[in-house]
Amino acid sequence: MYGAIWRLLPGPLWLRVVLAVVLGGAVVAACFEWVYPWLAEYMPFNDTTVGAGG
Amino acid sequence: MTLRQSSPAPGGASSGRGPEPVWPGPQHAGARRRSPTAGGVVAAVVGVVGELLVTAGVLLGLFVVWQLWWTDVEGDRHQQEIIAGLDWTPPPAPAESAGPSVATRHEEAPPVDAQPAEATVFAQLYVPRWGADYVKPVAEGTDKPTVLDTIGIGHYPDTAMPGDVGNFATAAHRTTYGKPYNRIAELQPGDPVVVRTETTWYVYRVTESKIVAPTQVEVVAPVPGLRAGDPLPELTERYLTMTSCHPMYSARERYIVHGTLDYWAPVSEGTPQELLDAGITFDAAGVE
Repeated sequence: MYGAIWRLLPGPLWLRVVLAVVLGGAVVAACFEWVYPWLAEYMPFNDTTVGAGG
Repeated sequence: MTLRQSSPAPGGASSGRGPEPVWPGPQHAGARRRSPTAGGVVAAVVGVVGELLVTAGVLLGLFVVWQLWWTDVEGDRHQQEIIAGLDWTPPPAPAESAGPSVATRHEEAPPVDAQPAEATVFAQLYVPRWGADYVKPVAEGTDKPTVLDTIGIGHYPDTAMPGDVGNFATAAHRTTYGKPYNRIAELQPGDPVVVRTETTWYVYRVTESKIVAPTQVEVVAPVPGLRAGDPLPELTERYLTMTSCHPMYSARERYIVHGTLDYWAPVSEGTPQELLDAGITFDAAGVE
């Protein structure tokens, strides 16, 4: 999978390295911004209140 | 030449380059080619699955980093912005010679604000035990995405507002998201917990700390300990309740701190002595 992505990246080696870093950074940023906050809602260890809301 | 003649091959017109290779026939060639291709597909699938599993492991590890570190970075920054953005008039600045203006103790019934709309910031919390730079915003509601994970401290809806008879009950994270109640277990009986609204200081004193089950809603009752169905007595005492998770990084139990109102004072009079004792002072720009 990563080999195929690497082969799909255009340009010389330095450009491929830059593009790979940008792609990886974009995935991490998307996780931090959207995926993890959504996931955290389903995690049980963040509850601080008493009552029905848990 | 005798060798070429004994093993005829298609396209035998070529000559002078040694013996011609033997054509093994179409079926044989197909069988030889299919076998390594099937193995290649299996290897490729295993390889992709392996890469996906490694990726999942890395992303789960990053989730831990996000939860334990990044939510604090974002929470602290956002909560400081809220405090800075409140633009409330600071208490009178210290006079050049007379020292800081100390708010006088008011023990009559304090002014009480109306309950604001959900997720509206209406108060600031100062806790001298937690350091001179500790100040966090208090907002209406205990919804996680809109209040606890972002603004910081949440006020249980339909519990008393600061200063009112009944129970001013709040919740906040003990870990992650700026962790406003991180040091809740350090509070001792007698410790001041100071709530400021735009106009009024409310100085509460801690009376009790305890650990309860998440289902024990009586801790936020108008009189702590009052259970559902009990007759509501005439309310006279002005309670403060702080709830957070316990143990840390878990939600198995809740850590509870109760307090009662000691006195109140208008912000325009000065700063409560308890804050000055802890080194919490104000200049014209607000919190130092």
